[in-house]
Amino acid sequence: MKIFVPIKRVIDYNVKVRIKPDNSGIEQTNVKMSINPFDEIAVEEAVRLKESGKATEIVVVTIGPEKAQEVLRTAMAMGADRGILVTTEEAIDLGAIEPLMIAKCLKSLIEQEKPDLVIMGKQAIDDDSNQTGQMLSALLGWPQATFASEIVTEGDSTTVTREIDGGLETLKVKMPAILTTDLRLNEPRYASLPNIMKAKKKPLDVKALDDFDLNTTPRLKLISVDEPPKREAGEKVENVDALIDKLKNEAKVI
Amino acid sequence: MSILVIAEHDNEELKPSTLNVVTAAKEFGEAIDILVMGENCQKVSKQAASIQNINKVYCMSDAQLKNHLAEPLTAGTMQIVKGDSYKYIMSPASTFGKNLLPRISALLDVQQISDVTEVVSASSFKRPVYGGQAIATVESNDDVKVITVRVTAFDAAEAEGGQAQVTEVAFNPTEDFGSTFVRLEVAQSERPELTGAARVVSGGRALGSKENFKMIEDLADKLGAAIGASRAAVDAGYVPNDYQVGQTGKVVAPELYIAVGISGAIQHLAGMKDSKTIVAINKDEDAPIFQIADYGLVGDLFDILPELTEKL
Ligand SMILES: Cc1cc2nc3c(=O)[nH]c(=O)nc-3n(C[C@H](O)[C@H](O)[C@H](O)COP(=O)(O)OP(=O)(O)OC[C@H]3O[C@@H](n4cnc5c(N)ncnc54)[C@H](O)[C@@H]3O)c2cc1C
Repeated sequence: MKIFVPIKRVIDYNVKVRIKPDNSGIEQTNVKMSINPFDEIAVEEAVRLKESGKATEIVVVTIGPEKAQEVLRTAMAMGADRGILVTTEEAIDLGAIEPLMIAKCLKSLIEQEKPDLVIMGKQAIDDDSNQTGQMLSALLGWPQATFASEIVTEGDSTTVTREIDGGLETLKVKMPAILTTDLRLNEPRYASLPNIMKAKKKPLDVKALDDFDLNTTPRLKLISVDEPPKREAGEKVENVDALIDKLKNEAKVI
Repeated sequence: MSILVIAEHDNEELKPSTLNVVTAAKEFGEAIDILVMGENCQKVSKQAASIQNINKVYCMSDAQLKNHLAEPLTAGTMQIVKGDSYKYIMSPASTFGKNLLPRISALLDVQQISDVTEVVSASSFKRPVYGGQAIATVESNDDVKVITVRVTAFDAAEAEGGQAQVTEVAFNPTEDFGSTFVRLEVAQSERPELTGAARVVSGGRALGSKENFKMIEDLADKLGAAIGASRAAVDAGYVPNDYQVGQTGKVVAPELYIAVGISGAIQHLAGMKDSKTIVAINKDEDAPIFQIADYGLVGDLFDILPELTEKL
């Protein structure tokens, strides 16, 4: 079984982001970048499937700037076999490269690579869209199982437990299929130093997004990026009685 | 030229989230149709028809739609959308809408706008990005706008008094969609539903165990509140996954939100900072949660919780 794992390079989840002074986007320079946490979980899941003897090859792909190859190296240090970097100079967080374009680019790569399973993050923590996996599934006509917290592959199908608003739902999808990961699927490993060294020698293909036959004119024009309404810190109260008094008489919420 | 709202329901009851989407849809000032897909969903269709100011309701009832799997729902929606010239297709940004709408968007070759919190004009919208650390205003130049709506950003539409006509439509597709439903584990609860609750009490990692989490339940029951949790509390198994509040969990905006033993990570704040009144109980006076709390109480939750529950 061959697994295809699309990943994205994003601002690290620990960073408090800064809005550009002209409100045209989020400051990306001199900021710590990382692999999108959900995608790291996707890579980990693929590596576990390989370790358990179910998968034979893991291909990771990212679309982004030249530097995005860092996240491919990270994924290869975790255990992916090879990487594909699709380069673009355009912003991949907001205002330029959009989920629909990414889904179309991935579709074309998947038609060449012919994986049995695609595992990807449910959302990227920059634009928070939560769209690409579902779009890809619809474009390919492959079944989907999103927000996965457990994946069991058996023969030509995969049983997936999904985290949904009402609880947990279990589905069985025929492969090839698209799965998207939720937080509780697994806890990604740290790559060991020897594996980081080994990853540097693993094959990495570079392609240009412009070479794909896609219309890359954004459908959504980014008008501005602004601060959310500010919430002022309130006051500290002394004790439980003071709290109850405030809630009753000032906020009037109880 | 009108609006199609895809209803969220469980074949028995229309979910309140649909009412919030209708309010968002009204901002466009055009006729609103509602599509109810499921099995034996006639009752839900009637509920949809009694929402005020609805043009018509499509009821598509079929065994293949029973479990609301994304693939057949997509086929059902495309069947309706092809026969009409809808300008807007909308659903809640719940796991239901998130699972379905991007598929419709891709098949229509348009770029979906996720998690809309404000309709600025017929084609421009506000939506939170970077876990709510910024608000993006975007203008769509697609002919059809596929939108998921952040439920807490819009009031519920009036659920009674409307008299829209219900049209039954057959589900035509017969293909094998490749996915089958196995089971659903629903956490049954007498408490209010988290997303729509007027009061929420949330517990974090500091609770330390499932048994201790009962202290959160006691306070919640005293207040008639729903229960929420941080990711750390869910990961540790104190509560089920659907209690998680945050960037990647549920978004809530109650009148009163009480955060107990929660530090206030960006990802948690993303799901609750639009609450009207926020109370934080934490033993660390520098915990980031205090920066957004209206009332902060510094101290040990194991002393404070029982006292608070007792005195209320
Ligand atoms: C991709 C991604 C998505 C995420 N999505 C979410 C999300 O949707 N929701 C979410 O909540 N998190 C999310 N997180 C996790 C988030 O970053 C934090 O790790 C998490 O919110 C921390 O939970 P906590 O506040 O309960 O735990 P901690 O940060 O450990 O805080 C515990 C707090 O309890 C206090 N405390 C300890 N003992 C006591 C006591 N006896 N009395 C009173 N106070 C006490 C401490 O002072 C501390 O402030 C996400 C993370 C990532 C990477």
